[in-house]
Amino acid sequence: MSHGRRRAGRLPFSPTITGATAVRVLQQISRDRGSTALLLGIPCMLMVLLKLMFHDAEDAFERVGPQVFGIFPVIVMYLVASVSTLRERTTGTAERLLTMPVQRLDIVLGYSLAFSFLALLQAVLSTLLAVGPLGLDIKGPPYLLMIIAMFGALLGLALGLLVSAFARNEFQAVQFLPAGVLPQFLVCGLFVPRDEMQGVLSAVAKVMPMTYAVQAATEAATHTGVTGIFVRDALLVLGCVILVLVASAATLER
Amino acid sequence: MHYNDHSAAPGDLPAVAAYGLGVERGAHTLLRNVSFTIPRGSIVGLLGPSGCGKTTLLRSVVGVQEATHGHVQVLGHPAGSPRLRTRVGYVTQAPSVYGDLTVLENLRYFSAALGLRGWRREDAVVRVVKEVALTSYADKMVCRLSGGQYSRVSLAVALLNRPDLLVMDEPTVGLDPMVRRELWQVFQRLAAEGATLLVSSHVMDEADRCDWLLLMRAGRLLAGADRQSLLRHTGCTDVEEAFMHLVRSAAAAEERARQRAAEPFLPPLLARPGEPEGARTPLPADVLS
Repeated sequence: MSHGRRRAGRLPFSPTITGATAVRVLQQISRDRGSTALLLGIPCMLMVLLKLMFHDAEDAFERVGPQVFGIFPVIVMYLVASVSTLRERTTGTAERLLTMPVQRLDIVLGYSLAFSFLALLQAVLSTLLAVGPLGLDIKGPPYLLMIIAMFGALLGLALGLLVSAFARNEFQAVQFLPAGVLPQFLVCGLFVPRDEMQGVLSAVAKVMPMTYAVQAATEAATHTGVTGIFVRDALLVLGCVILVLVASAATLER
Repeated sequence: MHYNDHSAAPGDLPAVAAYGLGVERGAHTLLRNVSFTIPRGSIVGLLGPSGCGKTTLLRSVVGVQEATHGHVQVLGHPAGSPRLRTRVGYVTQAPSVYGDLTVLENLRYFSAALGLRGWRREDAVVRVVKEVALTSYADKMVCRLSGGQYSRVSLAVALLNRPDLLVMDEPTVGLDPMVRRELWQVFQRLAAEGATLLVSSHVMDEADRCDWLLLMRAGRLLAGADRQSLLRHTGCTDVEEAFMHLVRSAAAAEERARQRAAEPFLPPLLARPGEPEGARTPLPADVLS
């Protein structure tokens, strides 16, 4: 049987099923016009808000503007991903898929692919808005900000997937945001530089993935071209994404 | 009858065979020492009150519930083995399909998940839409369908790969009599085509449509028989009455077993009042003689 042969192969996922899952997730999201608009619009809206907030403090906008590229996508994507994967688990469709020749990574990668596409759209939109009409002046090329925004979105997605395994309902999933994501937001260096924080806290900040997303964004804004620190930080964030994705695949049980 | 024809065929592996199946979750025992076999091509009704362990039993057969004791063979393989994933269809109690997709989109996605491609996929999708009579709703969003149509979409997904064994958890609960009758016609046609169906229900009158019945109560299997012999054995006129009869006799048997189990402890307890008497007889004499 063809299934038998495919399962016997080396790949822990099947490209066709992963692709079909990604298409299906995008179909679902595109049906929900409201969510799509919010998903793509919120980061842009927040950028505009930030610009108006720092109306008389151009310097502050130049400092904070790039940093939020490492923050907003994480939060927005976390919410969408945790609720939609939680729905998949609670309606029994995830269990049904796992009684079929679907592997856990097919589901996790399918979601990742679909949300990466949305993350890309979101990143392009908000970057173009920031460096264009809002006049955010960064030294490096704008595509670096897009990359960080995308990695941040992937981080949010991975955390959302993981949390959906532990949350029993949507309320809990949303409650995990102030518990797991907001602390990262507070210590990532946006409010107070990390080296001015209390010792333990700055050590904690060093192991939070969002810190590196923010640092990479700052790096892109203050240096022309791609720096070593940018590459290292971006890879660290990506590593975290992969780690969390693998962990969340392990939480999907037959 | 269907059942007898199939059980007679030698070397024909049963569709399902459970041996001393037990499932525990924490301190709760959900299933206790359940053994039965289901021959191919039959419709088997799993009947019992709500909460008696029907869903747990079905989940064990499908392989999503791990057994703590005993084991389940399905079509000659251990339950849940990868080879069974395209041969067993499972319809959960709550319809597990995507409400925010259309009927066709759901079916296309699940057929991709089953590994069907190209024309095979389209073929399967068109066939099952006809089988569950949803042709005129194919492009409708699933969440806008009625309850009965919703569960028929879930059934359609299970039919996509023409499973050899179709496990259904209360597929007709809450449906109106018309739809129920239509669904049973579908089930009977599938069985006639050689599929084996394991259908749970807490409505005893559905027993009339099954070839074989498994009656459950409180995690135990009370009986496995066809309807006629069940009624003859219990001397009842309908399955509900027969079920109550079995429940009563099972309770009585349990009571007897409990008394019997307590018996070995009785002699020492009864002997105690006699002990002084025994003590009066000189012990050395006893030992020496």
